[in-house]
Amino acid sequence: MSAPEEVANTGLASATALRRFAPLLLLAAVLAVLCVLGFELRPYHRELAIVFFINVIMVTSYRLITTTGDWSFAHVVLMGAGSYGAALIAKHAGLPFGVVVPMAGITAAIVGAAFIIPLLRTAGFGFFIASFAMGELVRLIWVKVQFPFGGTRGIINIPSPEIVGLRLSPPVPFYFTCFIVMLAAVFIMWRLDRSRIGNAWKSIHSDDLLAECVGIDVARYRSLAFITGAFFAGIAGALLAYRMGSIDPRNFDLTTMIYLIIWVVVGGTTTFWGPIVGLVVVTIAFEWSRPLLEWRPLMFGGVLIFFLIFLPGGLESLFPKVGNALRTPPGQQFQRLRTWFTTFASRT
Amino acid sequence: MSLLEVRKLSKRFGGLLAISDLDMTVEEGEIRGIIGPNGAGKTTLFNVISGTHKPTSGDVFLNGDKLTGLRPSRIAGKGGVRTFQRSAMFSDFTVLENVSIARHLHARESLFGAIVGTARGMEKANEGRALEILEFIGLTAFKDELAPNLSHGHQRALGVAMALATEPHILMLDEPVAGMNPAETERMTDIIRKLRDEWNITILLVEHDMKTVMGLCESITVLNFGKKLAEGVPAEIVSNPEVIEAYLGSEDILGDDDFAA
Repeated sequence: MSAPEEVANTGLASATALRRFAPLLLLAAVLAVLCVLGFELRPYHRELAIVFFINVIMVTSYRLITTTGDWSFAHVVLMGAGSYGAALIAKHAGLPFGVVVPMAGITAAIVGAAFIIPLLRTAGFGFFIASFAMGELVRLIWVKVQFPFGGTRGIINIPSPEIVGLRLSPPVPFYFTCFIVMLAAVFIMWRLDRSRIGNAWKSIHSDDLLAECVGIDVARYRSLAFITGAFFAGIAGALLAYRMGSIDPRNFDLTTMIYLIIWVVVGGTTTFWGPIVGLVVVTIAFEWSRPLLEWRPLMFGGVLIFFLIFLPGGLESLFPKVGNALRTPPGQQFQRLRTWFTTFASRT
Repeated sequence: MSLLEVRKLSKRFGGLLAISDLDMTVEEGEIRGIIGPNGAGKTTLFNVISGTHKPTSGDVFLNGDKLTGLRPSRIAGKGGVRTFQRSAMFSDFTVLENVSIARHLHARESLFGAIVGTARGMEKANEGRALEILEFIGLTAFKDELAPNLSHGHQRALGVAMALATEPHILMLDEPVAGMNPAETERMTDIIRKLRDEWNITILLVEHDMKTVMGLCESITVLNFGKKLAEGVPAEIVSNPEVIEAYLGSEDILGDDDFAA
């Protein structure tokens, strides 16, 4: 083999290696940055990051349910079920953080199981509306029932989180607690997404009659997705309850649910990472728009409409385009831009 | 014992009796055709046998097991699987992935197994079987193609491949050659014959293309207005005056020279 050929080959090998390991490197870099930020962030931003971690669990678990084609409007209420579960268990049973969090997940999963039984009879828009009604029903129970839910005032004085004598409530430990729980939750959901079970969920979205006919029990798998999603929403709810120290029904109202939908629509649900990208972008936009507080609902309404009309696939639908643009030589890119421009000009 | 037994089956849609008091048996190893004018209840019969629709009354048995009232996924588990008239597929997946997903019944995975990834060996075996099926159907060259990118004929073949992936005893084909060109039709008939001869799968098929039905099926059941009009070997069916009567005026059947002869 001649020298230049060898160089070309190693160059090619390293290029493919780079492509294979690039996502891993990116992930490692993001994790490293988040670890450093845990210590370096100012208190306000650290709080933001904690809420962000909780929301990552929310968008990822919501997306897990949408892979079957079911768009639920009850996800935030299921998170609430986790919060209430965690608050009541921590307060009255005095169990430690490490036990309470999974139990909160199970509480939400049980409420989710009760929701999905009647919801299985609906699909599409019917599912959306019916899940909203069921969620409101549960939320109104929290509002109306004094014992044990505390009515409109909710539950206060939730004990601070502790694990084997370690206090997790100070900002830095709590940042890392949420970070680790988020990583574990996202990892588990990522594994599920890529498994045969994940493919069964997606096949139901694609063609539920065909899925049923090749042996996939559609009702069972829709339930499994909904209950798994509810479990992780419950985990997120437990973290939220511990962070705030008190919860009330307003934390889980329609506004929060609409934000969840905005994050997911902006990011897109086809890929696993789409909703997280949507969450990052909208969270940043949300912080920048703080001076325009009164205009914000209008602005986000506009954003939602913009995405639904012009970018229905969400930001994730831009990933391949960006990838292509990076791979094309600049000369060709210029050519493409010119063709686009001339067709555009001739149209107008 | 017959492989498939339909007893006093009726299916009513509002005021329409799509199937009325139908009795039918299919023996193991048969290639049975179901024909009849439009609206005779052929597809409804498929829908009821495969569990897509529940019958109004009557029962269906497969290998002596009662299928009535079971969901299609359970019936597929007992060995009865159907294909669709339309090109049915999982559009976001490649051809190989479509067949792999259809191996669901033979690749049970627990939630825990999915998370820790214990099922790798099983998935290897599964993919091997899926490739075998694609090879047999003649889609190996397209295995990494997205399913919607296939031609119409190949999409229909993929439908059969997915049905085979469930390892059925009886395969119900709903118009398997509809919309195919002569070469594709030839290939599909060949596949169906091999499925019976080499894979020991009993075939039940609904088809409008008379040439295919007469050439492929050893016995034929004729439906008209949801009732059984006649049953027998192709030669008997062709010369049956009642059958001719039922098809009178229907250009696609009686207009066919093969049939009139």
